[in-house]
This record gives sequence, C-alpha cells and structure tokens, in this order.
Amino acid sequence: MKILVIEDEKALGDTLKTSLEKELYVVELAGTFHDALEKIAIYEYDCILLDIMLPGGSGLELLKELKSLGKSGNVIIISAKDSLDDKLKGLELGADDYLTKPFHIAELNARVKAVLRRNNLKGSYTIDWGNTILNIDERTLTVNDEEVYLNRKEFDILNYFLLNKNRLITKSALAEYVWGDQIDQVDNLDFIYYQIKNLRKKLLYAQADIEIESLYGVGYKLVEK
Amino acid sequence: MKLLNKSLIYLTGAFLVIIGVWSIVFFIDLKDEIRDSIDDGLDNSRLLIIEKARDDTSLLTQNEFGGNNFKIQPISGNPGKRKSIYKDTLMYRLNENELEPVRILNTVFKHNDTYYKLSVISSLVEEDDLIEDAFWNLLWLFIILIFSIVIINNVVLRRVWNPFHEILNRLKTFEIDKDENPIAINTQIKEFRELQEASNTLMRHSRETFIAQKQFTENASHELQTPLAISMNKLELLLESGKLERREANTVAEVLQIIERLTRLNKALLLLAKIENKQYRDHQKIDVNALVKKYINDFQDFSDFKEIGVEVLGNSAVEVFMDTSLANMLFSNLVKNALFHNIKQGAVKIRFTETEFEICNSGTDTSLDESSIFNRFQKGNTDNGSNGLGLSICRAICGYYGFKLTYDFREQKHCFKINFDKTV
Repeated sequence: MKILVIEDEKALGDTLKTSLEKELYVVELAGTFHDALEKIAIYEYDCILLDIMLPGGSGLELLKELKSLGKSGNVIIISAKDSLDDKLKGLELGADDYLTKPFHIAELNARVKAVLRRNNLKGSYTIDWGNTILNIDERTLTVNDEEVYLNRKEFDILNYFLLNKNRLITKSALAEYVWGDQIDQVDNLDFIYYQIKNLRKKLLYAQADIEIESLYGVGYKLVEK
Repeated sequence: MKLLNKSLIYLTGAFLVIIGVWSIVFFIDLKDEIRDSIDDGLDNSRLLIIEKARDDTSLLTQNEFGGNNFKIQPISGNPGKRKSIYKDTLMYRLNENELEPVRILNTVFKHNDTYYKLSVISSLVEEDDLIEDAFWNLLWLFIILIFSIVIINNVVLRRVWNPFHEILNRLKTFEIDKDENPIAINTQIKEFRELQEASNTLMRHSRETFIAQKQFTENASHELQTPLAISMNKLELLLESGKLERREANTVAEVLQIIERLTRLNKALLLLAKIENKQYRDHQKIDVNALVKKYINDFQDFSDFKEIGVEVLGNSAVEVFMDTSLANMLFSNLVKNALFHNIKQGAVKIRFTETEFEICNSGTDTSLDESSIFNRFQKGNTDNGSNGLGLSICRAICGYYGFKLTYDFREQKHCFKINFDKTV
C-alpha cells in the first residue's frame, strides 16, 4: 500500500510518515504544491493525505487536479481549518474524508484504513487477528468460531483497537471515536474504564489471542498474547 | 435638563432684565415727552388767552378756574421778571372726587399798564395709572415673548437639532460587530457635520480594533493547530515505542494529557471567535427534544458511572432555527455541564415548555455567582479538566440567536434556562 503525505510542515510530515510506516505502508512526502503535483501526476497512490494550506498553491487546487485525473476518491484532507465550508468544498471535490488538526494518530490510522477498505471493497469486510474475527458489516465478533456478544460501545472500542493493532490509543482518542466529539471536555475519563473492563472480560472468557493492555494511565494498546 | 429648557431659562432671565430696564427708560422718556407736549399746549393757551384778553377784558376778571382752564389775577406793582414757570401740582377734580395731578403754567402779562398773573392748567396723565397700564402691557409682552420662544424652540429649533438627534440615535444603537454604514445625515450645519465626522471616525476605529482582535484570536488558534498536532503525534509515537522507562513514560503521558487539554482549549477559543465572527449561517429547524435526548444517550455511560438519575419533564415539542453545529454545541454543553459538575448519585432534571428549555442538576450546595459564571475562564473549584469556556460558549450561541440564557439556584439545584422567545 502506497501513501502520499502532502504536508508543508516537515516535522508533522515526518511524524505521519513514521507512524504510517509502522503499519507497513510505503510512505512518500511532498512539502510543496509543485512537488505534490508532480508526484500525483506520475505515481499511483492508494491513499493521499492532503494539507489545504501549502506553499505554492491551495490543496483544493490539487484536489481539482486529482479529480480531473480521476484519483480524488482516496484523499483525506488534513487541515488546521475546522470550517464547514472547507469541509464541504473538499468533499464536493471528491475527497473521501476530512480530518482537523490536531488529530490522534489512532484516528488517522482508522481513517486511512477506512479509505483503503472502501477502495478495495470485496465481499464482507472483516478484521482478524489470531483466533479473533471482527465482522464490520455485520457488527459481530467471532473467537474460535464462536460468536461473542458485544454491545454497541464494546464493538466500537474493539473495532478501533483492531484498526490500531499494537498501537497506542489514548483515552481521549478512544472517547472521541466511541462517544463522539462532544465527550472531549470530560474532566474524568474513568468511565471508559468500565467498558474496557467488560471487553477484557469477554475476550478473556472467549479465550481470544488478543488482550487490551493499559499504557501508563494515558491509554491502551491491543496486543497479541 | 434638556438643552431647550436650559436655554429657555437663560432667555427668560435675560428678557426679564432687558424688558425691565427698557421699560424704566421708556417710561421716563414717555413722561418727558408728554410733559413737553402739555407744556407746548399750555404755552399756546397762554398766548391765545393774552391775545383774547386784549379784546375781551371780561376775561381779566376770571380770577378763579371755575369751569375754564385758566385764571387771571391782577397784581400790584411790577413783578420784574416775566418768565413763565411750569410746574406739577395737584388739584381737586370733581368727577373723580380726589386730587389729581395737573400741569400749571404761571406767567405774568401786562395789560393797560396793569400786571396780571395768568395761570393756565392742563390735566396730566395719572402716573400710577400709567405705570400700572405699562406694567400689565409689559408683562403680556414678556409672556408672549416667552411663549413664542417655547414654540419656536419646539418647532423650529427641534427641526434644527434633528441631525443631532439622528447622530445620537445611531451612536446609541451602534453595534460594533455589525457591519453598519457610516452615519450620513444630510445637514448644512458645521457643528453637526463635525460631530458626524468625529463619530464616524470613532466608530471606524472601534470596529477596526474589534476586528483585529477577533482576527488575532482566530489566527492564533489556527496557527496553534499544527504545532499542537506535531507535539501530540510525536508524543504518541514516543509513548508507543516502548523504549521508555516507566517513570519517563509517565511524564510523557502527563505532557500528552496537557497537550490534549491545550487542544481542547484552543478549539473552544476558536469556536468562540467563530461565533462572534458570525461564521455560522447554516440555519435549520432543530428538534430540541430529540437533540437533548441524543446527548443524554451519548453521555449515558458517564451518567451510569456517576450513578446520576436523568429525568425529562414536560413533552412540549420545542423547535428552533439554528445552525446544526451550534445547536449541537449548545445542548451538548448544557447536558455535559449538568452531568460533569454533578455529584455521585446526583440528579439531572430537564424540563421543556413551549418556549423554554431548563436543565437542573445537583452539585455544590451553594449558588454560583450568576454575574460571572458565563464569563470566560470562570471555573468551579473542583474540576481541573474543564477549560472554563463551556458556559461562555453557551451564552455566545444564545446571544447569537437572541435567546435568553439564565442561571438560578433553587431547591439545592443549579438550573440553566434558555428562553427561545425572542420577544421577551
């Protein structure tokens, strides 16, 4: 899988590259409008992360270019601007998703995977790891060929973890993903722990090969036993 | 005191003095003129009488006034000087039954070697009557003048002052965040033109400063997003690398949490700036009941965790026209506020009426300061994760739509109420 990161801030570009490479993608960086234009004209990418404000031109211009090339379907806009207008404009021009800076790495991973999945749609979509299979379309979990009942929140949590295998998921990233943007100002994210605890119990009881590890009180990580 | 009345008082005083002084001078002048004229008449009578006495000597025996206005008395010897003497005196008037002022001319003439004293009289104007008449007339003049001034002030001057009132009205209703046209009153009066120019300059300056400040907040918030993103993502990568000692990792985790807080703060400030910039215009019909239910549901895990009972009273359907994202922000903030600032096993009561939405929650036992809770960065004592902007945002959103957001503390509950009726 090949991903192009179009971002003028080098530090951010490098960080995204490092993070995405952990997921075993091939990542290329473009720091300017022209650099990016050249790359998209020559190469094919499975996913493009596109910053709107670029030296030399607007990311929206690039998007138009991509649209004319018929390649705009795999673009995720990453912008500092959280404006509805920009969002709508971007999506109108064919972008697949819109992510406002700053974002959690886990969130980016999830979005990238969603784009890749949509573009390679074949049959029902499942994520599996060891003896665990999560069917996204049917919202079911199967461990050792036996179905394990999950409530809505537990399913969303496990889905998020499986999109971020072996990666850190901070509590706030998880809260935003599962409970929505509005939860972010909670002074106390302890309530998340109860859902995690239940999920852990269910995984343990079903003898799954995976478990949720706590990480320094700041978040969790899904690992193989 | 109104300017019109103030000037009226000054004018009244001035007129009183002017008319007073003028009337005294006028009265003296008038009296002199009347005397002059009477004296001329007396002199004329004297000549006529002397002339007549030459032909008709019977006149010489007229030594009492009787019905006539003269008397002639012979005098013995030569009186020497023959100058006529005019003087004021009093004489009994039969018709008025009292002494009345008269002007008398005493003179001496010679007829057939005999000297006679001739006295001619003419009645004088009664001075006290004159004064009284003059006084009343002047008083009327004064009253008429004052009345005319009041009328002129009210009709003419008011019209003259119209531009001033228009400018004043514009300044009174001036709203810094609205893009208003400069004041353009059509007037030829220099002072008003200057006032208008000065007002326009002031308004422009205020607006420019205001806009610059708003833009600063927005730009600063935007510019912060990328550095925040870099810090957050780098720390996340560092933490998941697993190469850190436990203590180091804990420190990094703490810093990461602080950055997350900073991110939320920045987002909230950006949101406030945007509301104030009126960048939300996608107004749609919002079903408030459904929206509130959605948020109660969204926060269910949290309320269960804190064992908070949530109760919805009243089933009036409340619908408002709002921007969707602002409506989400407003009601999620209020629901969140009621849950997060609650106590364990507390309660939240939500009530809908035709025009109102009210949410009450248990919490601290004392009332909050209504005058400051909606201010930015006003925090309660116990929470450390909140940024003190939630209620400011609520108020900004309500203000944007002309809703009234109020707080009161009753029955040991903190209640926030939104009145959607803009006419109240």
